[in-house]
Amino acid sequence: MNFIPNIVFATALILGVGYFAKNVKKLIRNIKLGRDKDVSDNKAQRWKNMTMIALGQSKMVKRPIAGILHVIVYVGFVVINIEVLEIIIDGLFGTHRVFSSMGSLYGILIGSFEILAALVFVSVIIFWIRRNVIKLKRFWNSEMTSWPKNDANYILYFEMVLMTLFLVMNATDVHFQAMDSGNLISQYLVPLFNGLSDSTLHIIERSAWWLHILGILVFLNYLYFSKHLHILLAFPNTYYGRVNPKGEFDNLEAVTNEVKMMMDPNVDPFAAPAEGAENTMPEKFGASDVKDLNWVQLLNAYTCTECGRCTSECPANQTGKKLSPRKIMMDTRDRLEEVGKNIDANKGEFIEDGKQLLDNYITREELWACTSCNACVEACPVSIDPLSIIMDMRRYLVMEQSAAPVELNNMMTNIENNGAPWPYNQMDRLNWKNE
Amino acid sequence: MSEVLKVPTMAEYMAEGKQPEVLFWVGCAGSFDDRAKKITKAFVKLLNKANVDFAVLGTEESCTGDPAKRAGNEFLFQMQAVTNIEVLNAYEIKKIVTTCPHCFNTIKNEYPGLGGQYEVMHHTQFLKSLLSDGRLTIEGGQFKGKRITFHDPCYLGRANNVYEAPRDLIRKLDAELVEMKSCKSRGLCCGAGGAQMFKEPEKGDKDINVERTEQALDTQPEIIAAGCPFCNTMMTDGVKAKEKEASVQVMDIAELIANAEDL
Repeated sequence: MNFIPNIVFATALILGVGYFAKNVKKLIRNIKLGRDKDVSDNKAQRWKNMTMIALGQSKMVKRPIAGILHVIVYVGFVVINIEVLEIIIDGLFGTHRVFSSMGSLYGILIGSFEILAALVFVSVIIFWIRRNVIKLKRFWNSEMTSWPKNDANYILYFEMVLMTLFLVMNATDVHFQAMDSGNLISQYLVPLFNGLSDSTLHIIERSAWWLHILGILVFLNYLYFSKHLHILLAFPNTYYGRVNPKGEFDNLEAVTNEVKMMMDPNVDPFAAPAEGAENTMPEKFGASDVKDLNWVQLLNAYTCTECGRCTSECPANQTGKKLSPRKIMMDTRDRLEEVGKNIDANKGEFIEDGKQLLDNYITREELWACTSCNACVEACPVSIDPLSIIMDMRRYLVMEQSAAPVELNNMMTNIENNGAPWPYNQMDRLNWKNE
Repeated sequence: MSEVLKVPTMAEYMAEGKQPEVLFWVGCAGSFDDRAKKITKAFVKLLNKANVDFAVLGTEESCTGDPAKRAGNEFLFQMQAVTNIEVLNAYEIKKIVTTCPHCFNTIKNEYPGLGGQYEVMHHTQFLKSLLSDGRLTIEGGQFKGKRITFHDPCYLGRANNVYEAPRDLIRKLDAELVEMKSCKSRGLCCGAGGAQMFKEPEKGDKDINVERTEQALDTQPEIIAAGCPFCNTMMTDGVKAKEKEASVQVMDIAELIANAEDL
């Protein structure tokens, strides 16, 4: 017996899964760089959100064409992966189509995989055309150049190649074709290989088989470097996503404590700080870098697949302003990756690099263009909240830097002085009654 | 104004040892902005007509802090919130109605965490409840058959999922309700939210209110209905920018109903 293929297969599998696991660990470490956020509430609602939005794709189909095509690719991806189980068993133990002993059920299974593979192939072609030929506007915004643009196409090519390999593998499998059960699509590819000897067919079949499984392992490892992470992270992201009304912005607890102290006549402003408190730094208000954001916001950034539905619904973006909610998420991820690499390079410790999310990635002009209308949050098919990042960064600008636009400073001074955003006397509040 | 509006204050109620059914939170725009004051009065006329036992805070009311919070000034927001909550709690307020979706959202969603728990209603929800309780009746009157499109305020619609109350009221006027290209959960912002009302927009190729007004005008409306004093201003400016003010009016739902009743 020749065990070399089995050993090669096992090695490839261990390397492929191992490297992916290593990157998942890094991913989790990076997400945990964010501030803590309690997500233990509303468990039932959270499970429901995940089931409906991630598993059930409920928000994808709000745009029917992209939505239905996406559902096909999604179902295809999940279902065809059952076949990977057989490939792994065959690869490790040197069997061939180990599940074929199931008889007619096997034909039904493979038949449905083949139909899905063909549908996925067609859908992916349509996706490619939408992106590269029709050039839908949301795929061509200014943030969608270089890597983000190529990344999107690489994913589509990967899927085209994997589906083709799967069908070729079936078409050139002489035994499988002889069974004539489940070869619903591949039978039409058989004529392409007419005239080839059985041994040549066998070589093609083996090559397709190997390239298919190696391709899957490469694709698995591509995820971490790509926007395609959403196929995994959509699930936790929809679970941990917003459960409160969209209009409810969190009340900063650190501020609440200070406001309570200011309002409480019993507090002694000259009291010595409580024991141990003198060494605690006062909390930074708002966010100027990724570590000031909470971990759900960082998870959001890794989950974003750059579809651009947020940006296409954004009123500021629609009217030519620089703000693009998608760019907010992409910048957050890019900066987080940069911080992560810094930590890797410096033996687990972050060395100040003179950069931050604010200004180096996200400009003030973008932040001040937001109307807080929640259109981006509503549009996201996987419950990402770009608005919360914008608000946290505005908080930093206003509370740490006093860097609000001058008209807003006037508005705030008015509120402070006379309880209204305009310079009217609070004592005149009821004048309308008699006007 | 010839007719007299009955606008009791909480202080007067307190002096009489009484508690009103509901507090009308007027808001800064409703108190000071000339256009929004008309909305305030229209709503009060309806409250008077329906014999609703309500009160206002009057000079004890202050900004909810919404624009400060959306601008990033959490300190100022919480100072305003805590002060307002002290006043509201001292009067033992249970139920609040407001004509401003920003006040509505802030008091409803952001005050509870700071010690202010109230039942909060937008005026369209409140008017709808008056109708269904038979305390107020609407006859279409002058709006019968008119084409009316409704602009969803972000802080009422997407922020709090209130889409139907204002639309139900428009239908009660026997008007023809026409929807814009972007409506309900996909409604386009008027451009005022997030403290934008108080500053110039960032550089771009169009103003948001003009974009939204164009969507509204595409429906060939006679009236653009609003449910927010800030949206009202933005849409009114948009209609002027498109030079359509002679043929298209921007009106609050409360004004539509009050006018239908010739109040």
